Amino acid sequence: MTKILDISKELVMEPIRKGFGKGLLEAGTMDANVVAACADLTDSTQISLFKDAFPDRFIEIGVAEQNLVTVGSGLAAMGKIPFVSSYAAFSPGRNWEQIRTTICLNNQPVKIVGSHAGVSVGPDGATHQMLEDIALMRVLPNMVVIAPCDSVEAEKATIAMAKHKQPNYLRLAREATPVITSKETPFEIGKAQVFAEGNDVTIISTGTMTYQALMSAHELKKHNISAEVVHVATIKPLDEDTILKSVKKTGFVITAEEGQIAGGLGGAISELLGEKLPTPIRRIGMQDRFGESGEMNELFEHFGLTSKQITLSAILLKDSMGGGK
Amino acid sequence: MNTKHSINDLELIANDIRENIIRMLEHAGSGHSAGPLGLADIFTALYFDILKHDPKNPSWNDRDILLLSNGHCVPVRYAAMAKAGYFPEKELMTLRKYGSRLQGHPERQRLPGMENTSGPLGCGLSQAAGMALAMRMDKITHRWIYVVMGDGEQDEGNVWEAAMLCNKYKLSNIIAITDRNNIQIDGNTESVMPLENLKSKWESFGWHVIEVNGNDIEAFIDACAMARAITEKPIMIIAHTIPGKGVDFMEYDYTWHGKPPNHEQEIKALKELRTLAGKIRSEAHD
Repeated sequence: MTKILDISKELVMEPIRKGFGKGLLEAGTMDANVVAACADLTDSTQISLFKDAFPDRFIEIGVAEQNLVTVGSGLAAMGKIPFVSSYAAFSPGRNWEQIRTTICLNNQPVKIVGSHAGVSVGPDGATHQMLEDIALMRVLPNMVVIAPCDSVEAEKATIAMAKHKQPNYLRLAREATPVITSKETPFEIGKAQVFAEGNDVTIISTGTMTYQALMSAHELKKHNISAEVVHVATIKPLDEDTILKSVKKTGFVITAEEGQIAGGLGGAISELLGEKLPTPIRRIGMQDRFGESGEMNELFEHFGLTSKQITLSAILLKDSMGGGK
Repeated sequence: MNTKHSINDLELIANDIRENIIRMLEHAGSGHSAGPLGLADIFTALYFDILKHDPKNPSWNDRDILLLSNGHCVPVRYAAMAKAGYFPEKELMTLRKYGSRLQGHPERQRLPGMENTSGPLGCGLSQAAGMALAMRMDKITHRWIYVVMGDGEQDEGNVWEAAMLCNKYKLSNIIAITDRNNIQIDGNTESVMPLENLKSKWESFGWHVIEVNGNDIEAFIDACAMARAITEKPIMIIAHTIPGKGVDFMEYDYTWHGKPPNHEQEIKALKELRTLAGKIRSEAHD
């Protein structure tokens, strides 16, 4: 089990995107080939830290997301490691084909950073709440898809991405969410981590929903259900060994993500288990619908993106299957 | 490295390239005819006079970069590369075949010397901008980036996003070349989606524009030399070409944009091109 912070204690709140900003600055300090470009959202994607430190290695593209990633392809062709950022709704929302043709087909190390993903963007409403990015990026050959659970992990992920030779997508959220990992928590691209051990059900979560999964594991104890939480920061490539090992033990699976379950983490886990270990599964996430304006917690409640919902699903799933193996 | 050829030699090379385009396309059974034929003079000028490159060392660090943005015209690039010595000419007949390095649309990772992957239109100029910006960061000033673009391609919004960025950063080591042949798949460009006034469009986007006859090798070489002297702006050469150039029954006819010749048409086209070659040779002796 990976050591994380005690979630029953008061946790520091910080937006996941902050970790990216810090990580990029660090990556830029370590490697002069790390460069950055942004589409008119420098502050809100937190790329401004890098821009201030390395103005000559920063390119302001303007509101032009197709150009953003394609310029990234050109930079990478000359040996740079470009981090290109915008809101996830626009990049990769608008420029998927350019990412496919000019980055993935060439297997170039362009790092696409989609900030403000999920309904947690809140008041901006459905247009800006990117829910399909995991699905869009996951189907592209050569692309690696990463959704950190907190700002500390985002910082480590960003540094790891700068050293990684393939195209990467990094999914970030806007609102402050609890920091559940520490400097000591290990991070490796492609590795899932067991954040809580249990025997009765495996909750597989990514991004902001990992905190909810941990809360749920705590709640499930009261119902005499021992839940294992597997945090999948890298949705592609999936860490099949870690996931299958846990599911073999528990026999029940709940997935949890702040995005469309179709094609998202829920889709990825269903594909894996369908082929290698058919297992009863319920998927928590956006159920084929769009978001709307509201505060993060109101929206989480409304769309069932809560520990309560995970807990309920786990209880119902186990009941419907006769209570266990 | 280039040894300088006479214009007459270059015209003969262009004619050979046209013959190979016809053979390749007939053998492949699919592909685009008109654009590649129209571009044969420009690609001859680029590979045999203008570009600093080394076919034996395609990733040479000091080479100029040639991007093909309208990837469907790649047969002309393959034919020119083979002629220049990047790979054996017989490999041209593998175009579009299983296992070939000569994919239907070009792929950077498949063939040394192929600088970009294209086919989906409108991306080449953005990639050039990324490359030029990387060169600026690395203080590289002795390399040029040439980008061949289609005219129909300029319906794509991505092109104009790139045009603005190149102007913003004054990327004057980019020389873009528009193949202004006035055709696209559905018809003439001005009926499908009017592009005119193309020159004033590019000028108003902050570019220095040079217009030239793209089927006149000497004039095109001169235009590129002039372009390299412009240091304050990115440069667009609008090269007017005849689609299907060199093959009478294909010239000016947009229906040849997206189809290959059949066997009979191949024989007829090759006969015409051989006659043309004879004419070029006799002109040399005049």
